[in-house]
Amino acid sequence: MTTPATAEVRKTALNLTHRRMGAKMVNFGGWDMPVEYSGIISEHVATRTAAGLFDVSHMGEIELRGPQALDLVQKVTCNNAAKLAIGQAQYSGLMTPQGTFEDDLLVHKVSDTHYFLCVNAANQDKDWEHIRRHNTFGVEVENAGVRYTQLAIQGPKALGILQPFTTVPLESIKYYRFTFGKVNGVDCLIARTGYTGEDGFEIYFAPEHSEKMWYDLLEAGQPDGLLPCGLGARNTLRLEAGMCLYGNEIDDTTTVWEANLGWICKLDKGDFLGHEVLLRQKERGSDRILVGFEMQDRLIARDGCPILAGGKQVGHVTSGSPAPFLKRNIGMAYVPRALSAVGTEIQVGIRGNQAAARVVPTPFYKRPK
Amino acid sequence: MYPSNYRYTKEHEWIRIENGIGTVGITDYAQHELGDVVFVELPKAGAKLSAGQSFGTVESVKAVSEIYSPVSGEVLETNTSLANEPEKINKDPHGAAWLIKLKIANAAELNTLMDAAAYQTYISEKQKEAAH
Repeated sequence: MTTPATAEVRKTALNLTHRRMGAKMVNFGGWDMPVEYSGIISEHVATRTAAGLFDVSHMGEIELRGPQALDLVQKVTCNNAAKLAIGQAQYSGLMTPQGTFEDDLLVHKVSDTHYFLCVNAANQDKDWEHIRRHNTFGVEVENAGVRYTQLAIQGPKALGILQPFTTVPLESIKYYRFTFGKVNGVDCLIARTGYTGEDGFEIYFAPEHSEKMWYDLLEAGQPDGLLPCGLGARNTLRLEAGMCLYGNEIDDTTTVWEANLGWICKLDKGDFLGHEVLLRQKERGSDRILVGFEMQDRLIARDGCPILAGGKQVGHVTSGSPAPFLKRNIGMAYVPRALSAVGTEIQVGIRGNQAAARVVPTPFYKRPK
Repeated sequence: MYPSNYRYTKEHEWIRIENGIGTVGITDYAQHELGDVVFVELPKAGAKLSAGQSFGTVESVKAVSEIYSPVSGEVLETNTSLANEPEKINKDPHGAAWLIKLKIANAAELNTLMDAAAYQTYISEKQKEAAH
């Protein structure tokens, strides 16, 4: 992800806390964020086996309010938000008129007249403008990012660590559901969502409570092995879980069909941005498709490496990395349909070598039930 | 932290000389910047390197870093134990996790490298930049 050199670096309410705790910081999409604390591998493994705490306040929030809020959500996103119950969240795509991704997002239905969108950090301002541009419904569209700190507590021990901080019975919040309640005495939106492939929660609250919440959760979770985690582990966790990252797997040149995200595209819900294009591409079939692969060679595929066939480039790696929990080198790539079947041998160009890889099913990792 | 009998490069390699043989590794600063090392690619014995030439890669979970030879010379030996234990680079970068041993071609090239004090100053400037 690139950032204009002139742009001011943005900081979350926990920026000084991260620095004081010795986190390694990086510029991510214009935000000065912790990439790692104790190390990507230990943070990744802690999240799979115990729990991890992530400051994800760089993520954007956009709130839509008004009698026709649903009409606006339906027009700009590809999933069917009319199916949502109050207190339910949905993964969806924010569409361009060409049927490509303006962004991917979570749509939370707060009430019939209020929807809460969680969007990507680097996209929040352009998403807000995009939604306003298509707002022919008189809906109030608030770019609300500055009003929220978002923390993610993820992993098999997350529920047990968080429960003593709230009277809300967390077990009663089902997967992709949310509620409002106090956590550590602070009003929060508490959602059972995440970007790691683990059970866990994402909580949204006013930034002035950030430091106390962060330290209190860390302290309470320490006996269970809770670790503070950075964006490095967040990325390897989501990759193992086969989840897309905007800017890597999806962007404004890719469609839901290409990205294997057909399950979030409901063409029968009525018209929306890009509907015609997506309908045609579904009938015709896309030329390229996103697959998961595992290296057979010892070399590690990285973002942007070419996929080769007969010595020619036929695709590219969107995300490639060692998988710290699975202990294999994995990745996702766009390949021609003919090379997309599970088991197909493909070649990845790595520093002038043609390294062997094999198409495998995704997600690479599925948590034990 | 940085041994006084080593010499250092701006690309964060170190070299130690004993009887005309140079032992080369990456610095503690370099391993910390890289994070958890998971893969190391080294040349074969007999390879001839010139000063500043890339001779291999060290990969962490998130990044690939090329390693450059501090001086010219011929590779005598590589640290094969790193193939199975690349994490040694994080634990003991200045000792057990040396990368290659070189037969030094031109000892005068060593004078172009930084001593420990100069390297300390060099990296503290870098750390100041990172802290804004």
